[in-house]
Amino acid sequence: MPAPWRTPRGIITVLLLLLLAVLPLLTQAFDQRYLLSVGTRIVIWSIAAVSLNMILGYGGLVSFGHAAFLGIGGYAVGILSAEGYESGWMQWPVAIVVAVAWATLIGALSLRTRGVYFIMITLAFAQLVYYLSSGLAAYGGDDGLNISRSRFPGLIELRDKAAFYWLCFALLCATLWFCSRLVHSRFGHVLRGARSNELRMMALGFPVFRYRLAAFAIAGGFAALAGILLANDGAYISPAMMSWVKSGDLIVIVVLGGIGALFGPLYGTIAFFAVEEFLPPLLDLLHRGWGEYWQIVFGPLLVIIALYARGGIDSLLGRRHA
Amino acid sequence: MDYLLIQVLNGVQLGLLMFLLAAGLTLTFGIMDLVNLAHGSLYMMGAYFAWTLIGWTDSFVLGTLLALPACFLLGVIVEVTVARRLYARDHLEQVLATFGLILFFNELVRAVWGPDGKSIAVPAFLNRTVNILPGVPYPAYRFALIAVGLVVAVVLAWLVARTRLGMLIRAGASNRRMIAALGVNIELLFSLVFGLGAVFAGLAGLMAAPIASVKIGMGDDILIVAFVIIVIGGIGSIKGAFVAAMVVGQIDIVGRAFLPDFLKTFMGAASASAAAPAISQVLIYLVMAAVLVWRPTGLFGQRS
Repeated sequence: MPAPWRTPRGIITVLLLLLLAVLPLLTQAFDQRYLLSVGTRIVIWSIAAVSLNMILGYGGLVSFGHAAFLGIGGYAVGILSAEGYESGWMQWPVAIVVAVAWATLIGALSLRTRGVYFIMITLAFAQLVYYLSSGLAAYGGDDGLNISRSRFPGLIELRDKAAFYWLCFALLCATLWFCSRLVHSRFGHVLRGARSNELRMMALGFPVFRYRLAAFAIAGGFAALAGILLANDGAYISPAMMSWVKSGDLIVIVVLGGIGALFGPLYGTIAFFAVEEFLPPLLDLLHRGWGEYWQIVFGPLLVIIALYARGGIDSLLGRRHA
Repeated sequence: MDYLLIQVLNGVQLGLLMFLLAAGLTLTFGIMDLVNLAHGSLYMMGAYFAWTLIGWTDSFVLGTLLALPACFLLGVIVEVTVARRLYARDHLEQVLATFGLILFFNELVRAVWGPDGKSIAVPAFLNRTVNILPGVPYPAYRFALIAVGLVVAVVLAWLVARTRLGMLIRAGASNRRMIAALGVNIELLFSLVFGLGAVFAGLAGLMAAPIASVKIGMGDDILIVAFVIIVIGGIGSIKGAFVAAMVVGQIDIVGRAFLPDFLKTFMGAASASAAAPAISQVLIYLVMAAVLVWRPTGLFGQRS
């Protein structure tokens, strides 16, 4: 067996990460500032997708409310900054602790259910957070709220687009590293074992519920990190960032990239944004005016992916050695 | 007191509407084991079909009656082309595929009917009020909605409990492989049930249209509530869906009608009227969470 980075998957992944690492230099050299903002969003959504992959991919838990944790992260930053607490050293830990606490609470309730009921109860809790945020008249209600970015005096200026991009990229790498350590640990093996055969894992004496709950809480924390970055990216928060459609998008991204593949969420996010950016002009080439209705093509594409492309993009890169 | 009565009736009316949507969903869920997110799209298509057909025929009743077979046909087309392939798949793939269908239908409507909302006028013969009690007027259209909703609920209950088709549906819900083995044409049965669900969804959509409005994505948010209803009621249970729809209807209306006044006693008027609809929505989800914690398969669901 060749070293992991000498396989086609390894080479493509390394090239992709290198490309992402130098993206601000490229966009500056070619004067494509819009591309940098797309890149930033890709990196942030990748973090969210990696966190969903931890529970969906490795745990087999179809959470249909993952965007709520993004929202909690974003709103924690937004509310604190609106109240005058602008230090990121305070905002970010608070945001993550709140998200992990909320994930632990709803995880403890949701994980009692199975299958469709789990999908629906996670969705319901996410809707609950969504409506709570839209009821916060003091913080913009439905319309959302412009916020000032988190401050890290003397360390980094988040208004600097390139610096902010590199921060997001570094956090994505850290998230991927953590995820890889997690799934290859004993904890990860229990989680994956429970996905394949819950009963057997329980018979072996593993408290499956507690393992899943811990994974759910960790995933919530990383999603909140993505939410924090999202709020800082646009200097704006709104309930729309946690609408159920966003949770659906995240599932699409994870499945598109390849469920339970470490870099799958990264491929998935890039593909998702590429479709969003390039499908409309492509359709316009075929017939002017068609581009506006690109989702007529994208919707059936999802159906086809769901029906015929189980392994996602990751499976195109050859077989995996798990 | 009169105000309370009217609000309770509004809750019943909303509950019946939700029941129509939830009934089709719980049938496809219970029998075919399909998580159909696109059920809300059928609700939307019902309203758009009705808008077009009412325009053509110049008659509310005729347009409505023609829209229902159109919904049935659409439901059968969706079943044969997409849904049928999903029954044996896991829930994740079903969610993904039907999520794709939502995007497709929303965009299709935008391409065909344009981005602006449409409105369907309340038909002239119902555009008045009736006195439900001496001196207590109530809009006749909403009253008609309650009547139609109740009739459909009774017909559905009769269909499921008393007819041969209903017997097959119930048998399919408890063990579909067994009834296939007994020689029932299960593909035909599934198409029929899916089409029936589409008719109920479309009926709900077109009946709601004169009260709300006909717009893109109108089925998406209400679909989530319909899911909540069938999960509270127990998947596959028509009775459960009815009970849960009534409860949710009351919570929603009571929340909207009475919470603002209650909240105003300890917060500003502006924030009270912003918070009240949010809180009534939150209440619905809290009820669902409480039910699931208490009974993980819903009120009338089968325990495995």
